[in-house]
Amino acid sequence: MRNSKPILLLEDDTVDAMTVKRALKDLQVLNPLVRASNGEEGLEYLRDTNNPKPCVILLDLNMPKMNGMEFLKVIKADERLKKIPAIVLTTSRDDQERIRGFQLNVAGYIIKPVDYTKFVEAVRIVHLYWTLSEMPDTDEECKNEKFQANSAS
Amino acid sequence: MNELKPILLIEDDSVDAMTVKRAIRDLHLTNQIIHLTNGEEAVKYLAHISEKPFVILLDLNMPRMTGLEFLKTIKANEILKTIPIIVLTTSKERQDVMESFDLGAVGYMTKPVDYTKFTEVINTIIIYWNLSEAPKSVITANDKI
Repeated sequence: MRNSKPILLLEDDTVDAMTVKRALKDLQVLNPLVRASNGEEGLEYLRDTNNPKPCVILLDLNMPKMNGMEFLKVIKADERLKKIPAIVLTTSRDDQERIRGFQLNVAGYIIKPVDYTKFVEAVRIVHLYWTLSEMPDTDEECKNEKFQANSAS
Repeated sequence: MNELKPILLIEDDSVDAMTVKRAIRDLHLTNQIIHLTNGEEAVKYLAHISEKPFVILLDLNMPRMTGLEFLKTIKANEILKTIPIIVLTTSKERQDVMESFDLGAVGYMTKPVDYTKFTEVINTIIIYWNLSEAPKSVITANDKI
């Protein structure tokens, strides 16, 4: 990624979360991975001012307590959080959810490939894109960090 | 796949527009490119076509309607707001980056001067948005299943 901030992963399935972690490691992505197992936990992380804001959010949709769409709706209505790119990573092929996602301005909607090699390739493309793209400042205290950019990728 | 989906390029600089078109051709991508030179033209165009572009590549500094004004207009439109808009600009102003993401841009790429690097940027944008699903309302014919 363009900066060294954490990647926030919202995923209730432990095995799926492990797969993301492994793919990032295989791709030598250095950003720390923070995992929340549902939308509520994700919001707790984002609203705790002691935590650095993530560079991107990877978001599963089907989760208990607060699902991915409910989470998206909350962060996109929050002036401080809405700028963070949120990318849906799901197995769902539901048309309604997809439209809803784009209405809520998702920064990508990716159907998780079942095959691990293909999954790594998808994560590689996400990583590459968000390394090339500028990132919004979401932490008031570290406004200049992004100019040091590329070394973190 | 979204390969045949048109890309709408909003760019007032004809050299930059040529570079994007050339990069897409050199990459052997089959996307149709629609090139318009300012936001006002693009708003008019989008209001009339039936097949919406699968992504919009948007310059910021343009006459009549700037990129940021265009973003604001599109994201306030219930039908058009689902189209992913990626800013492609020479501006490295933090204010522009912040405002773009604030208004709903899903990527902000600064144009590299070097042609090879420019091609890489275009390639990455297209590969990424081909990997991603498109909003259903944009897909007209080729459903995945």
